Amino acid sequence: MSVRAVKLITEDGRRVDGRKPDELRPTTIDVGILKNADGSALIRQGNNKIIVAVYGPRELHPRHLALPDRAIIRCRYHMVPFSVPERKSPAPTRREIELSKVIREALEPAIILSSFPRTTIDVFIEVLQADGGTRTASITAASVALADAGIPMRDLVTAVAVGKVDDTLVLDLNHLEDQYGGGDMPVAMMPSLGQITLLQADGTFTLDEFKRGLELAIRGIKSLYEIQKRALKERYASLALELRRGRS
Amino acid sequence: MSKTEEIIPRLKKDTIISLLNKGRRIDNRELNEFRRLKIEVNVVERADGSALVSLGNTMVIAGVKAVLGSPYSDTPNEGAQIVNAELIPLASPVFEPGPPDEEDVELSRVVDRTLRSAGAINLKELVIIPGVKVWHVHIDIYALNHDGNLIDASTLAAIAAAYTAKIPEVEVRGNRIKVKDERRGLPVKDIPVTVTFAKIGNEIIVDPCYEEELVMDSRVTFGIDSKGNICSIQKGLRGTFTFEEVIKAASLAKELSKELRETILKLKQ
Repeated sequence: MSVRAVKLITEDGRRVDGRKPDELRPTTIDVGILKNADGSALIRQGNNKIIVAVYGPRELHPRHLALPDRAIIRCRYHMVPFSVPERKSPAPTRREIELSKVIREALEPAIILSSFPRTTIDVFIEVLQADGGTRTASITAASVALADAGIPMRDLVTAVAVGKVDDTLVLDLNHLEDQYGGGDMPVAMMPSLGQITLLQADGTFTLDEFKRGLELAIRGIKSLYEIQKRALKERYASLALELRRGRS
Repeated sequence: MSKTEEIIPRLKKDTIISLLNKGRRIDNRELNEFRRLKIEVNVVERADGSALVSLGNTMVIAGVKAVLGSPYSDTPNEGAQIVNAELIPLASPVFEPGPPDEEDVELSRVVDRTLRSAGAINLKELVIIPGVKVWHVHIDIYALNHDGNLIDASTLAAIAAAYTAKIPEVEVRGNRIKVKDERRGLPVKDIPVTVTFAKIGNEIIVDPCYEEELVMDSRVTFGIDSKGNICSIQKGLRGTFTFEEVIKAASLAKELSKELRETILKLKQ
């Protein structure tokens, strides 16, 4: 483990940002914030600010990529250069290429692709400010944006990371905990269906830590799932209100 | 991935699943059985370390080259580990020429994370002048014949090449660095290996061959270090796993990792 100036867990069991080990960061999701996109969402999870736009189902170019029996999903995860302390080059890094792939694969199981043969559903993710756990927050926001686009889904996809800090398992790592902790395990699930759609880890975990970490992640996912559903309900309540006003 | 891969499997999937339901596989292996593993090291003398791994018909070559360089600004007292994997058209009709795509990048990064999290290469022992000059250990991985499970074969090739690599001794006089003819072993402190599972229908099998990969719904890879701890996980593809399935796979990975690690350790005996 690297030398560090900060103590990640204090004697009374609090984390650098004052949270308890099993506590999520304050999270809000705003739905339908972009006019041009078919669906969109902005998630704020701690200091993370991530915006997601969904376009589609729409015609696919180049056409030869289209599939005769279902839609394809394309996904781009990207961090803007000013999202991190040291300016990041705007060109996609290997990390961003891998994350675009695993995020796509985390969302795909939820989408009923067979409804839209020969089309594409594009998911664009821009991380405006990063503070650890951006891939999981992106997934949580992207599935809300997909629902906002009216795309038929089996369930929402909800994601959170668990990690190890001074041998304590903690939920929803922030950047400091991710950088200096002993492990990071992002998990995504379709919460109602109990299906894991993304699972990654670095650092080291014993088999027991892996099991307890996964249980902790599932608990966090259930709380975030409620936030997602509430955000969608609020969006549709306000849409309904607008419609009623328009009619009268 | 190309479309031929999407079309052919439909025909084969039923055969493979009905066999799996009877506990059998198309190549007659047990569900939890790896293919025959063969590792040859120092196959390329120009490299500082190299390994040719055969896992059944899957063939992967890895080479290690140590190059003098500057340390990264956040780790002035550590050398660097750089892993690069390429799925070249030589290895399979389904690989197309061109710059590395997401498959290559994922493979590189999974191998890199596995070695890094396990602390396989002791980067602290690769410092020549602290904050100024360190060894950059490049591990380059090339698939030569793709018959499935490139992740496990690539990790085995990478760690076998690193484990048996020898890098030059250096002499420091003031700010002058002299690279000598004598060599020392690359400091390798842990032998992590990966164990990859494929889920086909409701069955989970280990070390999928190419035909099984064509029809798999999802896969999950566990990196396991010498202590038996998990040092990396990577789920892939658009299928899903249940909680119980991944817990079971993780403990099976730990079991199966032992024999793979033994094969690596024997390379130096």
